[in-house]
Amino acid sequence: MTTELITFDRVDKRFADTVVLDDLSFTVRAGERVTLIGPSGSGKTTILRMLMTLTRPDSGTITLAGEPLFHERRGDTLVAAGERHLRTMRRHTTMVFQQYNLFPNMRVLRNVTEAPVHVLGLEKEEAEERARGLLDMVGLAGKLDAYPSQLSGGQQQRVAIARALAMRPDVLLLDEVTSALDPELAAEVLDVLRDVARTFDVTMLCVTHAMKFARDVSDRVLMFNEGRIIESAPPDELFDAPKQERTRQFLRSVIDES
Amino acid sequence: MTFDWQAAWEAVPPLLRGLVIALQAAAIGYVIALVLGLGFALSRRSHQRWVRLPVGFFVEFVRSTPLLVQLFFLFFVLPTVGIELSAMATGAIGLGVHYATYTSEVYRAGIDGVPTGQWEAAKALSLSRSRTWTRVVLPQAVPRVVPALGNYAIALFKDTPQLTVITIAEVLSVVKAVGAQNFQYLELITVAGLLYLITALLIAWPVRVLEHRYRREVA
Amino acid sequence: MSTGLWLRLLDGLLVTLELTLFGAVLGLVFAFAAGLARLSANRLVRGVALAYTEGFRGLPALVVLFWLVFALPGLGFQLEPLFAGVLALSLNIGAYGAEVVRGAVLSVPAAQLEAATALNFTPWQRMRLVVLPQAVVAMVPPFGNLLVELLKATALVSLVFLQDLTFQGQIVRAATGDTAATFAGLLVGYGVIALVLTRLVKLVERRAAASLGRTTTSSGPHVGPLVTEGAR
Repeated sequence: MTTELITFDRVDKRFADTVVLDDLSFTVRAGERVTLIGPSGSGKTTILRMLMTLTRPDSGTITLAGEPLFHERRGDTLVAAGERHLRTMRRHTTMVFQQYNLFPNMRVLRNVTEAPVHVLGLEKEEAEERARGLLDMVGLAGKLDAYPSQLSGGQQQRVAIARALAMRPDVLLLDEVTSALDPELAAEVLDVLRDVARTFDVTMLCVTHAMKFARDVSDRVLMFNEGRIIESAPPDELFDAPKQERTRQFLRSVIDES
Repeated sequence: MTFDWQAAWEAVPPLLRGLVIALQAAAIGYVIALVLGLGFALSRRSHQRWVRLPVGFFVEFVRSTPLLVQLFFLFFVLPTVGIELSAMATGAIGLGVHYATYTSEVYRAGIDGVPTGQWEAAKALSLSRSRTWTRVVLPQAVPRVVPALGNYAIALFKDTPQLTVITIAEVLSVVKAVGAQNFQYLELITVAGLLYLITALLIAWPVRVLEHRYRREVA
Repeated sequence: MSTGLWLRLLDGLLVTLELTLFGAVLGLVFAFAAGLARLSANRLVRGVALAYTEGFRGLPALVVLFWLVFALPGLGFQLEPLFAGVLALSLNIGAYGAEVVRGAVLSVPAAQLEAATALNFTPWQRMRLVVLPQAVVAMVPPFGNLLVELLKATALVSLVFLQDLTFQGQIVRAATGDTAATFAGLLVGYGVIALVLTRLVKLVERRAAASLGRTTTSSGPHVGPLVTEGAR
């Protein structure tokens, strides 16, 4: 039986007077690979940031692994979650960012071992072994002692992917991870992610403009427009036979661009 | 011993007279600092090495040595080379020159902040060098450094107690003179401190407002 | 000039260096305590820190020094003179240093905090492992400026009879009667100490830059040390 790992139930979010998410509901099953596409400002990134607890919804409920994300039970009532509850919930997820956000004060190896040591409580040796394995997988075994500022953008992003995987998350959030990269560097990052999708049993939510990649790895594609999901289908169906005019229009503009 | 409120109250009028003198010295000193600092900043961008280097050395040297010793130097050494100035003039010059080394750096940062495109545009229009400075660069550079310059007004004012060593009758001189008679240093210095604090906050107020406005514009 | 007078100057130099060193250490403590407190979520903590920084940036160091040395005994407290000097200087410099600390912490990009959150660090771990190591690098150059300001301010203690370099200079002047040479010599002396301190800070700066994998710091235009905000 498949289980719902993530549930958005009637989630609203506005910034000032822009509606970012408009009464949004959807679910993601454990192990599913979901790609979020749509024009910029349509709310895709906000979904990921909410799952990472970086942004709170104005109303509605988000459930992660059976627990409300932004609420905790106090007796019989649900109250706004405190830092403690959020920390428990964050164990399920981790995120890779558009701008990599590696820690500039740590060398590559330490970027990957720091959280496993301080958050998961791993022994330093164990964390380093895990980190070496992951850095080898992303093709950076030779850069363990480099500082982030000494790496190319593509290399930094691959370190960031290793850093995220070292936490052994249930859910991996990928927020436009190739948008800041030249096509060639983007390709090497996407290759690594294809590898990840093959080898790790992790639920993936991916915001991207790389349509070929989306087609290759996702089980389902969600098309966003103005804070709503206007179409949801397996990639072959959505890319080859979109039902909505808005989706067709968007896909045309993305293809024209590339 | 406890705090004597009566003595504190009585200390206010003479201390206020000292404060007025301190403010006079600070005001004259600040005008000198504003003008001379701009001169320093422009000299340090001069194309002539013999202007740029000595001025640079002088600015760095004055900025890294104590105002107190500079005041001693001006007060005791200038007369020996035939320059007789009043204590007030000496004090204002001392403060002014010292703080000109700070304001010059502020002007410099402001000038550096004017985009190179502006210089190139002036060149493309064949504006003369002096016209480029007075009509293009400085009008853009100076407004944005006004808050920083204002901060140095506060700093300069806070250094006026040092003028006591060159016999100017500012606040600390009053403290010493009155204290020598009644020994109520606790009350005298406490009131003096409060007067300084209030005055500094009053000067700081418009500076903070400007800082705030400027930051909003940038953002 | 006699050997005795030279020895006096040497003694004075040591007192000046002592005041600078202790003042810097205690000043750093005040700077970090107040600078981090200004960023606290607790209103009371923030308020106390704000009162400290605004207060001591409005009070002349010399008045604080006079208060500690001449007024405090009126309340029944007598401080060791050297301690009074160090305390007055560090309270003053710490108020400026607090702004440096606050500014440096705020200059660390929000994205760094988000990355640390995504890795599930605790708030304190985010500060200790991610924010502070980066913020400290940004603090070094302005702290270097404040160190020279501190050195200059130590001369004030000569007015409360602490026998620092300036105090001994006055003795030398009285003994030799050579006013111009004495004061010029004092100024050069302070200038040389400032130069040495600046060089040391440059070394620290380079080490700090290396801790972020950079070969040189991005040294923007030197803006005076007393301005922590609003310049640029």
